[in-house]
Amino acid sequence: MALENLLFTKEHEWLRMDGDSADVGITEYAQHELGDVVYVELPALGREFKKGDPAANIESVKAVSDVFSPLSGTITAVNAKLSNNPELVNQEPYGDGFLFKMKLSHMDEIKELLDQKKYEEYLQGISGE
Amino acid sequence: MNKLPPLIFEKSRDGKIGHGLGASQVPAEPALDADLRRTEIADFPQVSEVEIVRHYMALARLNYSLDAGIYPLGSCTMKYNPKINEKLAAAEEFQAHPYAPHDLVQGNLELMARLEQWLVALTGLAGFTLAPAAGAHGEFTGMLIIRKFLQEQGDARRVVLIPDSAHGTNPSSAHFAGYEIREVPSNADGIIDVNVLQSFLDGQVAALMMTNPNTLGIFEKNITAIASALHANGSLLYMDGANLNALLGIVRPGDLGVDVMHINLHKTFSTPHGGGGPGSGPVGVASHLLPFLPVPRVVKSGDKYRVIYDNPQSIGRIKNFYGQFLVLIRALAYLSSLGRENIRRVAEDAVLNANYLRKRLQPLLDLPYAADTLHEVVFSDKNLPVKTLDIAKRLLDYGVHPFTIYFPLIVHGAMMIEPTETESKETLDEFIAIMEKILQEAREHPEQLLQAPQQTPVRRLDETLAARKPVLRWRKGENL
Repeated sequence: MALENLLFTKEHEWLRMDGDSADVGITEYAQHELGDVVYVELPALGREFKKGDPAANIESVKAVSDVFSPLSGTITAVNAKLSNNPELVNQEPYGDGFLFKMKLSHMDEIKELLDQKKYEEYLQGISGE
Repeated sequence: MNKLPPLIFEKSRDGKIGHGLGASQVPAEPALDADLRRTEIADFPQVSEVEIVRHYMALARLNYSLDAGIYPLGSCTMKYNPKINEKLAAAEEFQAHPYAPHDLVQGNLELMARLEQWLVALTGLAGFTLAPAAGAHGEFTGMLIIRKFLQEQGDARRVVLIPDSAHGTNPSSAHFAGYEIREVPSNADGIIDVNVLQSFLDGQVAALMMTNPNTLGIFEKNITAIASALHANGSLLYMDGANLNALLGIVRPGDLGVDVMHINLHKTFSTPHGGGGPGSGPVGVASHLLPFLPVPRVVKSGDKYRVIYDNPQSIGRIKNFYGQFLVLIRALAYLSSLGRENIRRVAEDAVLNANYLRKRLQPLLDLPYAADTLHEVVFSDKNLPVKTLDIAKRLLDYGVHPFTIYFPLIVHGAMMIEPTETESKETLDEFIAIMEKILQEAREHPEQLLQAPQQTPVRRLDETLAARKPVLRWRKGENL
């Protein structure tokens, strides 16, 4: 998986940019912290979110967690496989375990995201706590 | 340890019956046409009376309850339920039809009025509704009261603030009442900082929902400043009373600036908790919110008790009839048997017991928040060779109900332990000895803990698979 092409948030989401669209998922660290995922609630197609709005819900054996929309935009596709195979989020967080695709409305927000190097530094900061 | 009995369906044998009704004296005139009638009930279990009795006895023996041993489930206040409560709840004098004329049930109405007086005296709030059926129902009722109050002020707001240590029911209840949720982070001491809160306050904030002491067992010592900041912003302070056991007879939330709170009779006031309870979550309000309480309201006029059904500003009915009446009897029985002068000792002993556990377990486990512990203590799984779940599962092998695990969410691998005041020092010492043993096993034979529990009717269940692919129906001849 080519992580160097991904962008990240401090809330442990990743984005794979494709023009003015992005695939969104949660990171390896996030899936590990959540534990076994048992249910994923995805947004409806066409829903609009502002950056930081709760957009999806991931239920694991430990807790139910919000996934925040990493950028502002509209949902154009969701990963239908997750309804029967939520474990994909654990098994392939950067691949078949992606959550949804969104068309971005504020491209300038991308500047606030982290690249792989910065995200890894951020993770080291957390584990050093 | 008892074995898991077979299902009643598996015990079934064709032709067995548990009773004989004899021949019908009434001529058979079926109400339905023949083609609509079922000739047999598919796979209905056929067993004899003694087999049914033994089946349920076998299931009952698998139960674990407070009558069997310590139940240190944090934030649940699993205290012993005195048997006098049950005796009074079963008393014939209290059994009444909910539509009985009020003249015939004056005693029942008086009981409700007296329980409300007790709750008013203990919380310093102005009045209570006893109607909510459980804690979360109380939260929801409280949120509806806040919403109605603000709407009538012409200032409907959209946001409810909730600390990150809160019970999950808080955001759910506020969301159900139509509010948007914003999470307020706790500070390094595990409590809410007024300056942090201040940064969340704007004209959209209807209320803050706060549990005090919070789920870390720590008193939110900034609460009066928090109340002032909220009130200056036109917002209200809702207190989740789940942990009232720590404050009983010592601190009155009404004196701290709380506007609305619910309490859990099935926690603090020794009514049954778990197994369907039923629960009961009375909601108390400060005087400016009294008109918004749900109906019906029991009031005394002269020497008679009356019931008011039509307060014009009330949020209306939130439950049929008068709430969980038989639970109210138990709560008043508990309070009356303790008496006003002893009620404070409940909180004192609950806090003492939690601190004893903290002191004895602290050398063995990481304590992420060092602030004073009130009624419960939360450890983390830091530096342990096994996971919190493994320790909890191993406790089952020692015949002890585990503590709350993985909550609150702000503590990694949380172990949340609340002994309550009803456990003796000897019982706490036994629990500590078991924990010491388990933690020694964790260091010396961690693989053994991964296999726990070994002594229970079923071994470690695949909870993940059960949640992902639940099997909800048993069918004859199909193996699971």
